[in-house]
Amino acid sequence: MLPEDKTQSQEENNKKINPSSKKKNNEESALPESQGRRDALKALATVPVLGALAYGVYKKKKYDKTLKDVSDVFSLSKDTATIAPLQPGGKQIRLGIIGCGIRGKQLLRGLGFATPDYLQGLIDSSKKDSKDTRYDEFRQQEDLNVVLTGVYDIFDTFAEEGGTAGANIHREGVSGKAGTAPKRYRHYKEMLQADDIDAVVIATPDHWHSTMAMEAAKAGKHVYVEKPLSWTVPETYMVRDIIRQTGVVFQLGHQGRQVDSYHKAKEILDKNLLGPVTLIEVCTNRNDPNGAWVYDIHPTANPQTIDWKQFEGDPERIKEYMDYMTSHNLVKYVGPDARDKFSLERFFRWRCWWDYSTGLSGDLLTHEYDAINQLMGVGIPHSATSSGGIYFFKDGRTVPDVLQTTFEFPDKNLTLLYSATLASARDRGKVIMGHDASMEVGDTLTVKIDGWSTRYKEKIEQGIIKPNVPFYTYVPGKSDVDAITSATELYFAQRGLLYSYLGGKRYDTTFLHLREWLECIRNRDLKPSCDIDAAFDEAIAAHMGTRAYLEGRTMYWDKDKEEIVRGEIA
Amino acid sequence: MVLRVLIGWHFLYEGVVKILNPNWSAYPYLMDSDGFLTGFFHWLANDPGLLAISNYINVFGLTLIGLGLILGCFSRLASIGGILFLLLYYLSHPPFIGAEYMMPTEGSYLWVDKNLIEIGALMVLVYFPTSHIIGLDRYINKFLTRNKQ
Repeated sequence: MLPEDKTQSQEENNKKINPSSKKKNNEESALPESQGRRDALKALATVPVLGALAYGVYKKKKYDKTLKDVSDVFSLSKDTATIAPLQPGGKQIRLGIIGCGIRGKQLLRGLGFATPDYLQGLIDSSKKDSKDTRYDEFRQQEDLNVVLTGVYDIFDTFAEEGGTAGANIHREGVSGKAGTAPKRYRHYKEMLQADDIDAVVIATPDHWHSTMAMEAAKAGKHVYVEKPLSWTVPETYMVRDIIRQTGVVFQLGHQGRQVDSYHKAKEILDKNLLGPVTLIEVCTNRNDPNGAWVYDIHPTANPQTIDWKQFEGDPERIKEYMDYMTSHNLVKYVGPDARDKFSLERFFRWRCWWDYSTGLSGDLLTHEYDAINQLMGVGIPHSATSSGGIYFFKDGRTVPDVLQTTFEFPDKNLTLLYSATLASARDRGKVIMGHDASMEVGDTLTVKIDGWSTRYKEKIEQGIIKPNVPFYTYVPGKSDVDAITSATELYFAQRGLLYSYLGGKRYDTTFLHLREWLECIRNRDLKPSCDIDAAFDEAIAAHMGTRAYLEGRTMYWDKDKEEIVRGEIA
Repeated sequence: MVLRVLIGWHFLYEGVVKILNPNWSAYPYLMDSDGFLTGFFHWLANDPGLLAISNYINVFGLTLIGLGLILGCFSRLASIGGILFLLLYYLSHPPFIGAEYMMPTEGSYLWVDKNLIEIGALMVLVYFPTSHIIGLDRYINKFLTRNKQ
């Protein structure tokens, strides 16, 4: 320490001593002003901290604002889908159900009819687990003002279940009081003649869809039919003509039409926020026997309880099917069992055989295709090529368990690639790839900006937009999936096929899709979202994919002639 | 005093951020809860009325506790309030073995997490209230004692 410093520090020490001695003096003399000032200083010493915090908050807000200012290149409405109340004074609709298997019973529940046994299961489950609110939710499901007056199934047990569900109007368990049971019909044509049925819901195997839809329309009944629209190509044209001619209200069962996030996805596409879209990848990934159509065989099923003759199919349809298979050297895909041979496997697992099924193409590609057709209005593809095989479920099935189908849309400058396996549950969303951004759509929606985008170039350079990380995410309702959801249900939920959120409330999409159809019956000015034209597009696209797989060559669509045209094998 | 201002800053900013974001809700946080009180927190989240009350108490509680600690105003009350809030945060997301949360954490915790440490720090403030020396409590205290006399 230098001497000068010493003197300085001594002086400082003196200064430091002085105030304290002053303080003492003050306290002794108790001068109020000085004391008050010191008190005030000490009391308010930390107030400037608030100023610092306010300044910090201001700076942070300003920074966040510049970061988030992308409204000039990416702006979306705050609109969320809502559900319109049922039309007041709408008449009660009398329904018949054709097919009460797995899907038929799901549709009945969508309409508010569940078997007492099923509901008892939910009641018991909710007692064990307070988080299981499925029973309460079903009880609260809106009353659609419908009555089930007719039930048809060729398997006695399923028909009885349909009957008890229809009679369970108070939505109770096994000890509940039932209402009037609907009439059971032994033949669907008998049901279609009934006067007390206004509309039918068809949930039969694929080979019956169009035939029953046509018969119902001819009988003046409104039609809700499960996907796919048709099993053979010729019937696809016929059913379209008859639905158009009769003017019945028709809805195809693609409940994906009701998914909330698709509304947002459509807005993003309509505003061209992704830039030119050249490639769309849609997928099916499942990895359980149920997902691969190996459904349980019911213990009460036998030749006495199943009307096998009716299961075989409509003779005209079978002829169309056999004509196609024989004329294109595809007989190896027919059977292998004779059509008139009773088989429990074929009855319950009919999706595994072309004799009744449309395979991956009709069952699952159609969901994905219809979603894209809904979002982008792509229409029937110009061409389809397919490949795949039976690589995992070597259980005697004739339909493939792995399938890739490529649809080309040259007038739209885009390719739609469908890729499926029933032996891996790896989650792959619907991905729509644009020059400026890509979007993954399921029950949620995520947009990622492309690093090489033109539209967002400036914002990327300014560091405002970070490419290839989620830029915009839309999560309708809550993000957690119920703990009780099964693997297949989870798959559907992720694909946006189970639930939808409207106005902050969760809805079953099947319920919404049926509700829309019923409201269109009550008010003929309204149009169902998956009408016969959308259904025709869906069926033709699926048939092109199937034929491309079976015949091993590209299928083209002749737009003017409305015909599937075979590509030459090089 | 420094400890009090630091914790106060933390609380106040958490409160202010939520006030500035009108869409903020405790819903995802409550639903993310795990541990033996999960049922209680989910019940709070799933009842719209209770959720609204929880949101309100949380936002203004955090802000008032923050202000109280920074200004040294009723700071003992603010410390106790802070301890209660932190205890709820701790119990909703206890860092027990096997618990997994969606909420991101920046460190690794077993039994003891930052909520628990902040609780400890606030306990120190309850026992050694610095606000009587530096802070508005200097006045408040005087006022109260004068009234008592």
